[in-house]
Amino acid sequence: MNNVKIPTLKELETAEPAFYGGHRLCAGCAEGTIVRQVLDAARYAEFDGAKTDLKDPYPVVVGVATGCLEVATTPCPYTSWGVPTLHNAFENVAATMSGVVEAYSVMRKKGRLASKKEYRFVAFAGDGGTYDIGFQSLSGALERGHKFLYVCLNNEGYMNTGIQRSSATPYGAWTTTTNAGKVEWRKNLTEIIAAHGIPYVAQAAPFSTKPRDLYEKVGRAFEAEGSAFMNILSPCSRGWRFPEGDTIKLARLAVETCYWPLFEIIEGKWTLNYKPKAKMPVVEFLSAQEKFKGVLGDKEKVAYIQNRIDQEWQTLLTKCGV
Amino acid sequence: MKVKALTGNEAAVEALRQINPDIFAMFPITPSTQIPELFDELIAQKKVDTVMIRTESEHSAISAAHGAALAGARVVDATASQGIALKHEILYITAGSRLPVVMLVANRALSAPLNIHADHSDTMGSRDAGWLHLYSETVQEVYDTVIQAFRIAEHKNVLLPIIIGFDGFTVSHAVSRVEVLEDDEVKNFVGKYVPEHSVLDTEHPATFGLFALPDYYMEYRRQVRQGMCEAKNVIISVGQEFGKKFGRNYGLVDNYKMEDADVAAIVIGSTSATLKDTVDELREKGIRAGVLRVRSFRPFPSAELRQALMYVKAVAVLDRADSPGTPGGPLFADICSALYGMHVQPVLVPNIYGLGGRELMPDDAMSLFKMLLETVKNGKPPNEELFIAVRKKGSVL
Ligand SMILES: Cc1ncc(C[n+]2csc(CCOP(=O)(O)OP(=O)(O)O)c2C)c(N)n1
Ligand code: SF4
Repeated sequence: MNNVKIPTLKELETAEPAFYGGHRLCAGCAEGTIVRQVLDAARYAEFDGAKTDLKDPYPVVVGVATGCLEVATTPCPYTSWGVPTLHNAFENVAATMSGVVEAYSVMRKKGRLASKKEYRFVAFAGDGGTYDIGFQSLSGALERGHKFLYVCLNNEGYMNTGIQRSSATPYGAWTTTTNAGKVEWRKNLTEIIAAHGIPYVAQAAPFSTKPRDLYEKVGRAFEAEGSAFMNILSPCSRGWRFPEGDTIKLARLAVETCYWPLFEIIEGKWTLNYKPKAKMPVVEFLSAQEKFKGVLGDKEKVAYIQNRIDQEWQTLLTKCGV
Repeated sequence: MKVKALTGNEAAVEALRQINPDIFAMFPITPSTQIPELFDELIAQKKVDTVMIRTESEHSAISAAHGAALAGARVVDATASQGIALKHEILYITAGSRLPVVMLVANRALSAPLNIHADHSDTMGSRDAGWLHLYSETVQEVYDTVIQAFRIAEHKNVLLPIIIGFDGFTVSHAVSRVEVLEDDEVKNFVGKYVPEHSVLDTEHPATFGLFALPDYYMEYRRQVRQGMCEAKNVIISVGQEFGKKFGRNYGLVDNYKMEDADVAAIVIGSTSATLKDTVDELREKGIRAGVLRVRSFRPFPSAELRQALMYVKAVAVLDRADSPGTPGGPLFADICSALYGMHVQPVLVPNIYGLGGRELMPDDAMSLFKMLLETVKNGKPPNEELFIAVRKKGSVL
C-alpha cells in the first residue's frame, strides 16, 4: 500500500479544480484547503504502477454534513463544488453516503451507469457531525463496510453554530459553552474508529511538516477494500482565535508537539508517519492561539496537558512498534 | 391472476418482489418487521436483485434511502411508530429534495405508554412533512397500492415520497384473500424509473441539498405544495388505469352508500370495514347511513369531501390519533377546513377511537350511528365526549 501515485502540486495546478474559490469560509479556515487536498487526491490517485491522468479524473461524488463547510459552499443559488455533491442533515452523512454507494453498486451491476471508471465517494463532516451527533450513523456505516472515505474536518468544536464545545474540544479550551475552560479530555475517536476493524484509518493535518502526507493517505484510503476514515485536524481561525495567516503554522505546531500525531492503521497495522526530531513542548501549540488563554497562566494545568500528551504519544509509539 | 391467502405484510412483499426495487433500506420494528424479513428471504433465494441496507436505526434507514434515491435508484423503506418519529427530521428533507421514496407503514401507536398496536399517531405526527399519504383498508388494497405508489410518487409532476399506511396487526398480520397479478402485468404497470437528475451524473455535476436563505427557501417549499396538488390527479388517473386493467378502481376517497346518506362516518383505514357492515344493517332498517373512507390523506381530498357531504345531516369524524388541546384529531381539523364556507354544512362530531389497537366493535359502531341520528333530531350531539369505547374516570366500561 505504499506505491500510491499523486500528481505533483505543479501538475495539479493545471487540472480543473473540483472545489472552487469564492466560498464563504472564513479567511484562515483550513476546511477549504483540506477539501482541495482530499479531492485532488481522490480524483487522481493511482496505485500499482498505473499512470495518473490529469485529463481523466476519477468520478468523485461528495457528501457533506451540515456545518461550516456546507453552509459556506452551497448558499442557493451558488455552489463551490465542481463534482456532484449532496447534503442531507447534520448527523447522517455516513448513512446517506451508504445509500449512494449501494445504489451505485446496484445501478452499475444493472448497466445503468455511463462511466466505465470506478467512482470514488467522499463524505465530509465536522467533529460535531462525527464525534457526537453523527457518531451512530458513522459507526453503523463503517460496520456495514460501504466503500467510501469519511473525512472528519476536526476543528475541535461546533463552529457553524458559534464555537460550542464538542467531545473533540481539548481540555482547557475556551468555547462559548465552556467559558471557564473545558474540564474533560477530548475523545480519542481515531482509536474508536480503528476498533471497528475497517481497512483504513488515519490521522492527518493540512500541509503539515510532511506536506504530501495528507494526499498520500487519501490515495491509500481508496486503495483499501471497504470503508476508510481520516481524522484531519482543521485549524479554525475564528474559533481558536489566531491570525488568519497562521493556519498551516497551527497545523504544523500540532504535529511537532505531538498534540496531533500523524499515523495510520492499515488492515489493523499501526504505522507512525512522522516522528519529530525534537518533540516541541505542547505550550508552543497552546500559546499560538487564544482559546487556551485560560490555562496558559496555570502551570499545573499546562503540566497536566503535557503529561497526557506525552502518555498518549508513548502509547502510540508502542502501538506503531517504534 | 392468482388467488392467495396473504397478510398485509406478505401482500406488500409480494408486490415488492414483482417490482424488484433497487434498494431496500430497513430497520426492524413491530408490526412492519416482517416486510424486510420476508424480503430478505427473497434476496437470499435470488428472486430479486435488490440490495438491502440493514441500517442501525430508522434515522439512518431513511437517510440511506434518501442517498440512494439521490443516486437515481428506486427505493423502499418500511417502518412504524417510534421508527416514524425517529425519521421525522429526514422526512421533511426527502420531500423537500423531491425524492420519490416509497415507505410502507404498518401504523402503530406512539409511546408512552409503550404499545405495539394499531393507531395513526405515527404518520399523523409527520403529516406536514410533504409526503403523500395513502391509507389502505384491506390486504388487497395494500397490495394494489404498493403497485400504484411508484407510479404516483415518480410522476414528473409529483416527485414526492409516499407513505402507504395500513393498520398494524389488523391488516399487517391478518390473513385475507388476495388477487395477485402476474409478474409481468405488475412490471409493465409500474414501468422503469428514469430520474431527471442524479448525484451519480458526473457529466452534469450538481449540488443537492443546498442551503437556501429567505431569498429562495419559500420557492422550494411552494413547489412541494405544487407537487402535492398535482398528485391529486395522478392518484386518480393511476387508480383508474389500475381499475381498467385489473378490475379494482381507486381514488382519493372511498364512498360507501353516501349518495343519499343522512348520517355518515368518516374514517381512515381498516375500521371502515366494521362501519360498512353497520351501515348495511342500518340500511336494512331503512336508515340512510353511509361511510366515507379517506384513502388519500395527503393530498387532502377537500373537493371530494364537500361533494360527498353536501346533503348529509350529521357526520362523525373518527380519528385514530389525538391532537390534544384541539377540538378533535387531525382528520377532524382537515375536514372542518375542507367544509368551511359551504352554505349548508352537516353537524360535524369529532371522535377519537381505537388508540393503541383498541378495535372499534360493531356495537360501538352502532352506538355511533345512533348518536348521529339523535344529533340530527336535536340539531346537536347528545354529549361532548370525544373518546369512544373508553373507560371514563370514576367508571368502568
Ligand atoms: C439535528 C441538528 N441539531 C443541531 C443543528 C445545528 N447545527 C448545525 S451545524 C452545527 C455544528 C456543526 O459542528 P461541526 O460538525 O463540528 O462542524 P463545523 O461547523 O465546526 O465545521 C450545529 C449544532 C442541526 N443542524 N441539526
Ligand atoms: S468558523 Fe472556523 S471552521 Fe468555520 S468557516 Fe470560520 S474558520 Fe472555518
